[in-house]
Amino acid sequence: MPDSIPTDSVGLITPQVYKFDEPLTLRSGTVLPEYELVVETYGKLNSEKTNAILICHALSGDHHAAGYHSESDSKPGWWDSCIGPGKAIDTNLFYVVSLNNLGGCAGSTGPASINPETNKYYGPDFPIITVRDWVKSQHRLMDRMEIPEWAAVVGGSLGGMQVLRWAISYPDRIRHAVCIAAAPKLSAQNIAFNEVARHSITSDRDFHEGRYLEKGTYPKQGLMLARMVGHITYLSDSAMRAKFGKSVSNFEQDTAENFGRDLWSGKLSFGFNVDFQVESYLHYQGERFSENFDANTYLLMTKALDYFDPTVDFQGGLSKAFANSDCKFLLMSFSTDWRFPPERSREIVADLLKAGREVSYLEIEADQGHDAFLLPIPRYIEALSGYLQRVHQENESDAS
Amino acid sequence: MRPDLEIIQQWIQPNSKVLDLGCGDGSLLHYLQTTKKVYGVGLEIDATNIQHCLDRGTNVIEQNLDEGLSNFQSESFDTVLLAQTLQALSKPDHLIDEMLRIGKNGIVTFPNFGNWKSRLYLASRGRMPVSKFIPHSWYNTPNIHFCTVKDFDALCKERNIKVLARTVVDLEHQGSWYMKAWPNLLGEIAIYHISKNTD
Repeated sequence: MPDSIPTDSVGLITPQVYKFDEPLTLRSGTVLPEYELVVETYGKLNSEKTNAILICHALSGDHHAAGYHSESDSKPGWWDSCIGPGKAIDTNLFYVVSLNNLGGCAGSTGPASINPETNKYYGPDFPIITVRDWVKSQHRLMDRMEIPEWAAVVGGSLGGMQVLRWAISYPDRIRHAVCIAAAPKLSAQNIAFNEVARHSITSDRDFHEGRYLEKGTYPKQGLMLARMVGHITYLSDSAMRAKFGKSVSNFEQDTAENFGRDLWSGKLSFGFNVDFQVESYLHYQGERFSENFDANTYLLMTKALDYFDPTVDFQGGLSKAFANSDCKFLLMSFSTDWRFPPERSREIVADLLKAGREVSYLEIEADQGHDAFLLPIPRYIEALSGYLQRVHQENESDAS
Repeated sequence: MRPDLEIIQQWIQPNSKVLDLGCGDGSLLHYLQTTKKVYGVGLEIDATNIQHCLDRGTNVIEQNLDEGLSNFQSESFDTVLLAQTLQALSKPDHLIDEMLRIGKNGIVTFPNFGNWKSRLYLASRGRMPVSKFIPHSWYNTPNIHFCTVKDFDALCKERNIKVLARTVVDLEHQGSWYMKAWPNLLGEIAIYHISKNTD
């Protein structure tokens, strides 16, 4: 944590655990007899219970979206740039709910939890979870928390897919859907990258067919490699040039002459060692990730991405899926995102329009690639902030 | 409200669906939403305008009109508006065809280049007119396809477009008997209500 908590931080946060005994039937047909969800909340629920916002996390996110867990935390939650008093998702106005999704590895029931039936780690026996299952479990959480309706459900990337699913599955429980840097479903290229990640994990000799925890180990190399590949797809070419090219310190300067080839130790090694900064960075990112993330959860999350396709139950495609989604939509995409590029968001927008929905869409100029959705890009933040201010004003005028 | 918008709003039916191409800060759509309960969607490319739309709760899609409207279904709107944007399009005739594909009717407004002031400016000075209304020099203007009332009439005839109503006004949106008599000479803003000719 910084020396003192910044005034625009939600401060020290203690997660809560909600235990569910009612069995959850999953998309696959498998039944999860019981499970726990770990949740953080920021701000206060108003007396009319109209100001709750649900945050849906992406592949490697969790419930810890804002603030600090302890004085010794070096970093705040993953979306601290957007959640806090006076920030875009303003905790002075809204009651923000953020959970770790089922199958996660940050406290909610997942492959690294103990299976009560066997008293061993679930490991590979943990059922495949889909986006629809997550939203179903979030819906139960909402009932448990006695929240009648979300003022907004907000998420980026895989989180944005949950937002779409909310609008389709529970249109009467959501007033605004904010879907950032998402896609209506994955492309072959997206699935291909996920398969490389999965294969690197499952082919690690420490994977032990998913039962690595029982053996007291984990597929470190595989997880590292999975994250390294993933990380490249989150960044753009220009973002990497800027990050690893000393001559260019920011995006405004011309990156044409810069290839981001800064050396790691100042000279070439003429061996198969780390020569460039970018290599060292990827190793570091992979290493750090592998120490904090469960490999089976990574496999599950990538499958949830691959399987996401809200059209499957609807003849006639996505617009039919949105037929009853009478919430308002805000979609945003980023110009250099090549994981879920603007075209993918425009596909969703076209289907929303076809369904006659209330929708706004912004295409944000940003050099940072897919990662941009986590970064404080001024136009993006202003748009999110302005939109949610409007949601708040609607709340106020409805109440009066 | 901008003069042309005041007239336009009279042609919009309550509870109808309105697509506003180049919706600016969303003030017309917002007005139509609150007074006529229309379902409105605006298209805009200017970031500041888009933010204004978000701030006032008007649906706005960031989309360049020159890249087409293929993402909109045929006959999915009642009225498609194109206010003071026609002259800035790369293919204005294509866009008008698209307007009448998407909407049951269309409303187009544009600065009338046939106005006597433009004629006088060009005739007397021999240079492209620059005025309070058209404040750009020829080399940096977004307005690349100026036309006159007569030109637009000719396009409608050529494309078999029905003119439901036509009015011309001055910059203060005042109409008059003499403008009605000599629209191409005296009108400063032309306002057309059009539809496909189904006869």
